[in-house]
Amino acid sequence: MLVAQFRRSRQGMLGLTIFVVFAMVALLAPVLFDESQLDVTKATGGVFETPSGHYWLGTDDAGRNVLAMVVWGARISLLVGLCATVLAMVIGTSVGIASGHYRGLVAGVLNRITDWFLVIPFLPLAIVLATVLGKSLLNIIIVIGVTSWPATARLIRAQTLSVEGRPYLERAKALGAGDLHQMTRHVLPNVMPLVLANTTLAVSISILSETTLSFLGLGDPTAVSWGTVLDDAFSSGAISAGAWWYLAAPGICVVLVVLGFNLIGRTLEDILDPRGAHE
Amino acid sequence: MTLLEFDDVSITYQSRQGQIPAVRNVSLSVLQGQTVGIAGESGCGKTTLTSAVLRLLPKTAQVTGQIRLNGEDVMAMTFGQLRAVRWAQAAVVFQGAMHALNPVQRIEAQLAEPILLHEDVGPKAACTRVGDLLEQVGLPARRARDYPHQLSGGQKQRVMIAMALACRPSLLIADEPTTALDVMVQAQVLDLLSSLVAELGLGVVFISHDLSVLAATCDRVAVMYAGRIVEQGRASDVFARPLHPYARALAAAFPRIGDARFRYAPAGVPGDPPFPGDLPTGCPFHPRCPMASELCRTSEPVLENHGEWAAACHHAGEVLV
Repeated sequence: MLVAQFRRSRQGMLGLTIFVVFAMVALLAPVLFDESQLDVTKATGGVFETPSGHYWLGTDDAGRNVLAMVVWGARISLLVGLCATVLAMVIGTSVGIASGHYRGLVAGVLNRITDWFLVIPFLPLAIVLATVLGKSLLNIIIVIGVTSWPATARLIRAQTLSVEGRPYLERAKALGAGDLHQMTRHVLPNVMPLVLANTTLAVSISILSETTLSFLGLGDPTAVSWGTVLDDAFSSGAISAGAWWYLAAPGICVVLVVLGFNLIGRTLEDILDPRGAHE
Repeated sequence: MTLLEFDDVSITYQSRQGQIPAVRNVSLSVLQGQTVGIAGESGCGKTTLTSAVLRLLPKTAQVTGQIRLNGEDVMAMTFGQLRAVRWAQAAVVFQGAMHALNPVQRIEAQLAEPILLHEDVGPKAACTRVGDLLEQVGLPARRARDYPHQLSGGQKQRVMIAMALACRPSLLIADEPTTALDVMVQAQVLDLLSSLVAELGLGVVFISHDLSVLAATCDRVAVMYAGRIVEQGRASDVFARPLHPYARALAAAFPRIGDARFRYAPAGVPGDPPFPGDLPTGCPFHPRCPMASELCRTSEPVLENHGEWAAACHHAGEVLV
């Protein structure tokens, strides 16, 4: 039913198409371009060559193929985006369900922690964390993950509170179910649709965050992502050299992927909205 | 053997408007193989009283008196003991079966839940038990693979009964199990319950506001009003010759077709039940009672004996002239 409804949504299918195209490109990167093309010492092109039949997206200041960099960058950007989102969702869902299920002190403490993360501006916290933890792919995932869960926790908590009031939870309590059993068997399956819809929206934010952090030079310096490509373009003076392709290519990729995930997320949200607002 | 005993139980909710006494000084017992009905209007404390048996009340509720389940004081149990007792000794068929099933789980998983929680059996064995349970309540075993929305209201209620029987409890609390079902399905569900009770020798507490349902199923009946039992006795006595004017009004609300006496008799009770936080002085029923006298306005009658048949009324048994 969900699949059929999704297929009927034009914007949802557009988003899914964008995602599938980028996912395929990311997976096929080693087939499309050899990894050696990312190496400055093995670059074949000239400095800031304009897009041509040979270099579809031109070259950078070291003569590397920008298309190859963007294709390889998709791997890291998508990987970091997805992993960080999973981490954020796991934290957010656990905290949300726990704070909705246990009332009193536990809920109070969890809510204040959520508030704290919600109130602290994302970028300074992420920069400090990234600096303390050091530059690596895993750390970037952790930084994005632990800073982007509070909104999810709030959402899941609200949904949990509404599920907690339903009679089947009273029934579960009456038949002797413990807290963990109630949370995993009854609450979790009921908030899962919301988690999924929220995940697609969170992925786009994670990818943007990864790009931002990499652009600020906090990413893994050995891995090519759209953020590091943008950073390279900025620091190599692509703007003053008029090499618009060097900046535009990764930038447009980020915009497209974020757009794609947002379209998917909005469509899922519409379909799963219990009030049937999509009718 | 006494399965369940309420001994002078009072339950008070703490709220912003102060203390709300929902149940006051109720004493009642249920023997093995006996079906005891609790009748009364909405808000008279029926569900509050029975929720206290498994301690399912919200934290704001204060319980005094003793509730003994198979001789053990429920209020004194630790949480672990309580969890073990829940469903294994006393199970509940909830009000509104439509919502007591989780919409995102198969019937199978939900029926197996109490078995897996309480008994040391594997998922395979639990699965066969689920099939047996469904057939016991007259549903084909293959319905176990269905989701709740694929069943009709009556079928869901049968599933709830099957679930209540899953751990072979000795006491069944049926909280308005047939409300929201149409009359034909209601009759089927009641028949099923009666036959299961006879077959398994269960003790049942049957809550309903529908006296005709209670008359058909119960051995004894307690009529509640404003948190107290105002009349209790054998079901046949209470319905045929009610002593308390409230019980009389309830019984009269269900006319017997063809009986000329019901044709012009005023049916129903005028007015609304009192708010439990602000009970009238004297007998709480006096503002609505056709027989109220000066005495009723000042002193609250007590349920004289807890024996065979009694009513808490100054004018018990008097006929209105």
